[in-house]
Amino acid sequence: MTAAQPAAARCATYRNDRTYPFCPGCGHGRILDRLNDALVALGRDPREVVIVSDIGCSGLSDQYFVTDAFHGLHGRSITYATGIKIARPDLTVVVVMGDGGTGIGGAHLLAAARRNIGLTVLVLDNLNFGMTGGQHSSTTPDGAITSSTPHGSVERPLDICATVGVNGAAYAARCTSSDSDLSARIQEGIECDGFALLDIWGPCTAHFAARNGASRQRLAATLDRLGFATGVLHRAARPEFTNAHAAACRGEATPPPGRPEGAEPLAAPRLRTPLRVVVAGSAGAKVRSAARLASRAALLSGLRVTQRDDYPVTVQTGHCVASLVLSPEEIHFSGVERPDVLLALSADGVARTARQLAAMGPGDRVFVLPGVALGATRATVTTIDPAQASGTLAPRQVALYALAVALLAMDALSEDVLLAAADAATGRHAAAANATVRRAAATVECRTAARADACGDP
Amino acid sequence: MVSGPCGASDAAGEPRRSDPLYELIDGSTAIVRGALDAGCTFFAGYPITPASSILMAMLRRLPAAGGAAVQAEDEIAAIGMCVGATLAGARSMTATSGPGISLMSETIGLAVMGEVPLVIVDVQRLGPSTGGATTVAQGDVQFVRWGTSGGYPVIVLAPSSTAECYALTRRAFDLAERFRCPVFVLTDKELALTTETVAVVPGPPPVPRPRRAAPPSAGAAPAHRFEPAADVTPMAHVGSGAPVRFTSSTHDEQGFLTKDPVTVGRLNEHLRAKVMEHVDEITMIDIDLQPGASTVVVSYGVTAGAVRDAARALRRRGRQVSTLTVQSLWPVPGPALAAVAATHDRVVVAELNHGQYRREVERVVAGRAAVVGLHRTDGGLITPEQVAESVR
Ligand code: SF4
Repeated sequence: MTAAQPAAARCATYRNDRTYPFCPGCGHGRILDRLNDALVALGRDPREVVIVSDIGCSGLSDQYFVTDAFHGLHGRSITYATGIKIARPDLTVVVVMGDGGTGIGGAHLLAAARRNIGLTVLVLDNLNFGMTGGQHSSTTPDGAITSSTPHGSVERPLDICATVGVNGAAYAARCTSSDSDLSARIQEGIECDGFALLDIWGPCTAHFAARNGASRQRLAATLDRLGFATGVLHRAARPEFTNAHAAACRGEATPPPGRPEGAEPLAAPRLRTPLRVVVAGSAGAKVRSAARLASRAALLSGLRVTQRDDYPVTVQTGHCVASLVLSPEEIHFSGVERPDVLLALSADGVARTARQLAAMGPGDRVFVLPGVALGATRATVTTIDPAQASGTLAPRQVALYALAVALLAMDALSEDVLLAAADAATGRHAAAANATVRRAAATVECRTAARADACGDP
Repeated sequence: MVSGPCGASDAAGEPRRSDPLYELIDGSTAIVRGALDAGCTFFAGYPITPASSILMAMLRRLPAAGGAAVQAEDEIAAIGMCVGATLAGARSMTATSGPGISLMSETIGLAVMGEVPLVIVDVQRLGPSTGGATTVAQGDVQFVRWGTSGGYPVIVLAPSSTAECYALTRRAFDLAERFRCPVFVLTDKELALTTETVAVVPGPPPVPRPRRAAPPSAGAAPAHRFEPAADVTPMAHVGSGAPVRFTSSTHDEQGFLTKDPVTVGRLNEHLRAKVMEHVDEITMIDIDLQPGASTVVVSYGVTAGAVRDAARALRRRGRQVSTLTVQSLWPVPGPALAAVAATHDRVVVAELNHGQYRREVERVVAGRAAVVGLHRTDGGLITPEQVAESVR
């Protein structure tokens, strides 16, 4: 995704000729000047620098630079910056946000630190919401009077540096807008390979300072009382996200998606009209995989198929119901209101399909496992006893066994296509499924021959 | 409903050589393939039933196809990352369900304002609120259209089959590029997660249509052009050499904030006109008219399947009925809908909500025919039998 670039032009300034809009005495302009100094010192091509801002007075910042600029929604600048950085890891991406943004966008701040993505975040921390009239923000010191805390704030201010520091950031520093070494700190942040954050204090002169004072001594005393140290507070060497993520993905074994492959039918369809089959069982009983195998077998018979699964969000408990439509012509509707065949494999499944069972009439077939109680039904009921197949049929094979017995008994699919579908399963599943289909076929053969008493394992 | 199997097979049990060949896939897989074939290079999402399988497939497949995919910290971040990546040259998609669209609402507006091509898949589930995570519904039809402040248009496509999940996702990417706006693929739990036999389209993968990007030497040329209002300016990427100023606030053609009424008026008229003046180009409908039919059944998405099934059954019984499937839900294909309605006495609008699209049909039909609704909101599908009963 990298674009070819002409040779980098060294820049005397990254500022354009527009004048800052900030109030007299506001620290924002000073901080942006230091950002400019840092960019000049680093000599990055302005065409490869993106300044991303969001809402508040700090959100005006991106308009005063000749770099690329992105101004977005409150507290979300880190999300756009993350997308830009992943798509173009070669770009220098600087986020300028406020202490309002670190509150509303706290989840993004945490996630960016944990990823250690190569962004430089400058928090223009003015200790309140300036633009909207001096309300308290995530960093307003407790006790401070703001327009939304007329009796003094009782909330603990967010320690941004400590938060990102313990959560994986590569660099965190707390500064003030008047620090002489601020541009050097910003440079360090930009040069650091990973997530770098500078919490830059500069109280809002229009609101916070007017109500709470903001002399250097007062600021120092507040920092001291809160136990908020200044300077570089955190440095850690961790793999940067875009590199680490790309490397992890290179290890991914999945090949690029090939072209879709169709299946050549192995047999002619045995159905002339649609057959609607409902497999009503419980979670964990391999209902869906049994239905998938039958779907594949139907595909190999040249039939059209739909398979619709119904299960609760907690996938390992409760009912699991698979509805199949097998048809010689196009299927437009995958719903099964009145099944032609219902397999009652468990009480959960029966409870979930009570309406379908009630809709079934004479000529429809219900196959039920021994011990599963059915309500009254007009359909023809046949009991399938897995014990008949063999004493060793694993519980995970029962659904497939019952489904194969039903489909073979109704002559909907042949043993051959069921076996071919079983063989398409992966590894040891294929062998087990193959054996189960063979047992089902033997069972059906016995029944057909009316020699049920003689039936055993094939 | 015909019951029972038929034991007989074709002559001598010879396999029926199928042309085309068929495969078994679900709608989510079709959407993922459509995205990859359309040239998607970036995906960000957050787990939510019933859209998670798209996230998981993209996480596995996109890197191998040369792109990047991430699981974001929430839906707000997911769509925010998509916007950022698109600005940096990627083609981006996210996928979620109703509750996730709620969280994305503000950024959808940002993408409208900043003219960001973006594909958003909404796998609808039953609402309101967390509703039924594994239950089908079509309750987001008005929501996706009006789900962000300001009321400016977006494009919404609704596939009505697994095959259309693929085709319309590709179309969504093309439309997003063409009109530089968010395009929704509005699907639902049943379409996304039901496995179906789908005809395989043979041949090599299609070549994605290249983005119309602004030349890197654009220099002082305006990054955004508002006039002619219905025209769409090529996009400039950050880091491409052309100065890029992106903003979600009202801006001038250079991308600087402005409140100048003339400029703001032009900007907003442009955002409206570039979509609404191209309804014919965006319109995708599937009309199946039958001479002599007095009723036309209008539907979209998963419900269209029941309507097609009902029409086939009714016609086999010698009854007449017309059907109209709307694929491009928004902007509403008004002229096409009105023309079909004008040749029928009754228009039945079948949908899994309380009549959200019916009100649009009523608006464009404007009394030329009687419009009645067929609704279901209990988490079940409208059945072919219900559709058949609604036809006179
Ligand atoms: S309101 Fe406060 S933060 Fe905003 S520009 Fe004025 S002094 Fe600075």
